[in-house]
Amino acid sequence: MIIAFTLNGKPVTARVLTPVSLLDVLRDQLELSGSKNACDQGECGSCSIVLDGAVVCSCLVMAADVEGSEVTTVEGVASGGVLNAVQEAMHAAGAVQCGFCTPGIVVAATDLFETNPTPSRTEIKEALAGNICRCTGYGAIVRALEEITGEVS
Amino acid sequence: MVETNFGHVRPEHIVGLRRVAELEEWEGRRIGAAVTWRRLEVDGPRALAQAARTVGSPQIRNAGTIGGNLATASPAGDGHPFLAAVDASVELVSPSGTRAVLWSEFFTGVKQTSMANDELISAVLLPEDLPERHEFAKVGVRNAMVISTVCAVVTRRDDGRTTVGLGSVAPTPIRARQAEEMISSIDRPSETDLNEFARLVSAETTPISDHRSTEAYRRHAAGVLCRRLLVRCLR
Amino acid sequence: MTTTRTARTPTQVAGGVGESTLRPDGIAKLLGEFDYAQDLRAENMLWGATTRSPHARARIVSIDIAPALAIGGVHAVLTAKDVPGRALFGLEHSDQPVLASVETRYWGEPVAVVAAEDEDTARRAAAAVGVEYEVLDPLVDPLVAEAQNEVFRRMRIRRGDQEAEGTVVVEGHYEVGMQDQAPLGTEAGLAVPDGHGGVDLYATSQFVHIDHSQVVASLGLRPEQVRAHPTGIGGAFGAREDVNLHIHLCMLALHTSQPVKMVYDRAESFTGHVHRHPARMWYRHHADEDGRLIRVEARVVLDGGAYASTTSAVLANACYFAVGPYRCDSVTIDGVGTRTNNPPCGAMRGFGAVQVCVGYEAQMDKLSAELGISPLELRKRNALATGDHMPTTGQAIETPMPVADVIDSLSAMPLPDPRDEAQLPGGSGLTTDRDQVIRGVGYALGIKNLGFSEGSDDYAVARVRLTEDGAVVETAAIEVGQGLVTVLAQIARSALGVSRAEVRHVDTSQIGSAGSTSASRQTQISGGATLEASQRLRDRILERHEGDDLTDQGVLRAGEVAVPMAVLTAEGWEETVTFRHPPTEPSDENGQGVVHADFAMAGHRAVVDVDPELGLVTVVRIDTAQDVGRALNPESVRGQIEGGILQGVGLAVMEELIMDGGVIKNSTFTDYLLPTILDAPDVEALLIEQDGSWGPFGAKGVGEPPTISSTAAVIAAIRDATGKEIDRAPVRPQDIAL
Repeated sequence: MIIAFTLNGKPVTARVLTPVSLLDVLRDQLELSGSKNACDQGECGSCSIVLDGAVVCSCLVMAADVEGSEVTTVEGVASGGVLNAVQEAMHAAGAVQCGFCTPGIVVAATDLFETNPTPSRTEIKEALAGNICRCTGYGAIVRALEEITGEVS
Repeated sequence: MVETNFGHVRPEHIVGLRRVAELEEWEGRRIGAAVTWRRLEVDGPRALAQAARTVGSPQIRNAGTIGGNLATASPAGDGHPFLAAVDASVELVSPSGTRAVLWSEFFTGVKQTSMANDELISAVLLPEDLPERHEFAKVGVRNAMVISTVCAVVTRRDDGRTTVGLGSVAPTPIRARQAEEMISSIDRPSETDLNEFARLVSAETTPISDHRSTEAYRRHAAGVLCRRLLVRCLR
Repeated sequence: MTTTRTARTPTQVAGGVGESTLRPDGIAKLLGEFDYAQDLRAENMLWGATTRSPHARARIVSIDIAPALAIGGVHAVLTAKDVPGRALFGLEHSDQPVLASVETRYWGEPVAVVAAEDEDTARRAAAAVGVEYEVLDPLVDPLVAEAQNEVFRRMRIRRGDQEAEGTVVVEGHYEVGMQDQAPLGTEAGLAVPDGHGGVDLYATSQFVHIDHSQVVASLGLRPEQVRAHPTGIGGAFGAREDVNLHIHLCMLALHTSQPVKMVYDRAESFTGHVHRHPARMWYRHHADEDGRLIRVEARVVLDGGAYASTTSAVLANACYFAVGPYRCDSVTIDGVGTRTNNPPCGAMRGFGAVQVCVGYEAQMDKLSAELGISPLELRKRNALATGDHMPTTGQAIETPMPVADVIDSLSAMPLPDPRDEAQLPGGSGLTTDRDQVIRGVGYALGIKNLGFSEGSDDYAVARVRLTEDGAVVETAAIEVGQGLVTVLAQIARSALGVSRAEVRHVDTSQIGSAGSTSASRQTQISGGATLEASQRLRDRILERHEGDDLTDQGVLRAGEVAVPMAVLTAEGWEETVTFRHPPTEPSDENGQGVVHADFAMAGHRAVVDVDPELGLVTVVRIDTAQDVGRALNPESVRGQIEGGILQGVGLAVMEELIMDGGVIKNSTFTDYLLPTILDAPDVEALLIEQDGSWGPFGAKGVGEPPTISSTAAVIAAIRDATGKEIDRAPVRPQDIAL
């Protein structure tokens, strides 16, 4: 079947054979490889995207189910290659090492600041509880996001 | 989706439910099957909201639903102890009509339900009068995103009636009936009463040892957890 | 303190050493534009998949590839008979079949590989290969394996008076479970045939030259026919040193004459790489009444699993560091690395030194309790220092060994205020009220070698060129996320005096080996090569042009630009250096010798909150002091420390591969639990910088020390909180509550 949806602000179509996941369609067919597959089962958050305003794991979304929906991936978070506040802060704080978890964290953190511009440290951690990082120990990530609390408009 | 991602399941036909709006309706005690854990976390009755907070991660809670959890029927389902503790029913719909099945008749075994092949879960039906107090807790080795080793809900009415719903300690969610009966008749339980209550809870569990935990620990933790939950209800 | 090389004062240049320069690939990674091996694609690409044994041990009766070939879209199904060259591969010994043909020795061992039009078809085809097995009883108990002489290596260390006894003796048995590296990026690669019988390989790796040599051998090709390219990788931690899909991919690509891509899914990944050796240890420590170690006796059993991998070196490491960073003149250590039908074990960050630290630090705490001497004081009385000899090998310690400084630093770091609301044990599970929590504090020190040992010819090649893009450092040294690409450029800037510098990865045909990204060695060894190449380049340029300074402007004479940079960069300046660390030697029959190139140590203090009734633990805070030599990029060092500590926390309280008859029961992220952001303790790190190491500007490797004693410190804190004799890692709720 062909599905049509809005991807990073633009209308797109894709041919999907159910039950392929949205993650596979994004990466293989639509050639947006920013979202990563690290666990196949929604346990790591590396595939996080925003679907109709909510952050979800794209590996658990059936592609066929996003007909008519709005999808934002890491590629759509910044505009024109200019880093958003979350990305800038993470870069400055050394919060990226291997970077495999980074797109998922960028998506989850960007969504957090859009809904709550002044999150507490606890709120930051709870928002990122579904994003596993194996390299950084999360310290620099928390420092990066605390740095911009109150600064994101 | 997990099963298909790993190639364990290759279904011939798939029905996508995301756009069936009726399944998302939540009217009083009738919670549509497609109501997400995120909504339950915010608006659900106390112990169910507490359970919802522990489901997976924010990403999982945005997408996962109470109906999805029921259909999977894992003995460790975080929402199940509450449903057992308040005697909730599952509303099933099929071409031939709608029926409501009590939770204890819905869960039939590990990941097994009494749903017929042509049935769909349409809603969860909570009783009209929920107990005045209810509290949830879940034991897991990690602070987030963890399948429970033991999870429980204890409810207590002002007249003393107490119920205990448990998960991960049997093939299905269970009630600890003997423990309930013992404590319900005691107006102000003493330390001794609470210890006996905990002992009875442990005795009524039939947990297994697996890669997550041992039978002995689950039995022990079930008693400790329910004792603590009851104390919270009594405050 | 002796040095073998004069560390020149670095030129003060923007982006030079000592700054927390931002990583050059950070922006691409943040935008989701950085290509990892799993993101690569090629025109006409096929997908590969692997048929794996479902048994821990079995004889292969027959293999029928016809059902797989019959599936539409399948281009190739290869088995052992299709391996053109050497049938076996391996890092230390070539003992592992490229594809099994006679028997399979572990659950998940590869038997066949397929190539198909798409990933789903490839997986279906792999599942359709008909393998008939005769299931055999697996050997899964390492003690039984030892008794049957199923052994990869035995180690024997004897130093000092073997009859010495102390006035105080403490003894214990300790166990460490099997940890997994679990890098987020799974095994992935793309092999592209060049149309002339050769192939280009882009695969997840820690060491492209050793992949290259094993691919060349098994494909029966000439070295120049294979090129292994450094490729984007999502973490490693030791899981990417061994070959896994490399030979398979090249075989499929050459067989089909098309590019072939393969990506392991997470469950497959758990079988697709080696794990940390599970360990059983027995210790007996003898001390005098002042707590000074008289003698340490130990027995260490590491289960190497089905194939050799790096068990020999891991066992050696475990034994060499089995006493810890302490003086002791009488040492009796016996170790064995066993061969079983459990999954193969090999390199994981810490490489043997982690496991023994759990044992010896528990012992030191037992001595401390027995003697009534505080844990830190006891350690201080035994602290190794520069000028001492390693208790195990007798090697003289000639580089910094700031054990006493680490202890003093830890003492001075303030404890968290107990009134500060830390997360309760049980997290969002609401299991625990504040009055059900006991706080505990524990200490541990660890030590490990840096670089390869026992006479390994451990070197790295780097080439520095001065181009119109600035200084370019060419290397095959793998960046796994640790920040090598950042620090090599910093070294080049400081040594050359120019502020524009970048690292470019080149493949095995374009440069010599940089060695493995492991053993915390790259900053020292590739950094050493980069430093020397940059210094020589600068010297040659200045000499040729009779200048006295080189800057971004060009060659200066008496403050004036004599040769502008634009002219210089057109002159094609480059310098290639092979850098070796001071030589090491194999130990003698008693384990004695100058075995190691350098050492690094660290200390950790863990603060935990425990719910003793339920056995749940929150690691509240970990403070650390680490011997880093010279922090070339302080923020990168902090990142390595915080990341390493959390892996240590994982091993302490939640990470363990559970085996049943050689089969892994928890090979998914649902049940192999990695610490989340809510499990991460607050970390305060003090970097102890002392001159004397031979690394560039005195730098020491920093990747592994954070993992060595963080686990032991958390366990010590749990003991402190509960009063229980916890003797294993990870600590499970039942170990505390029952």
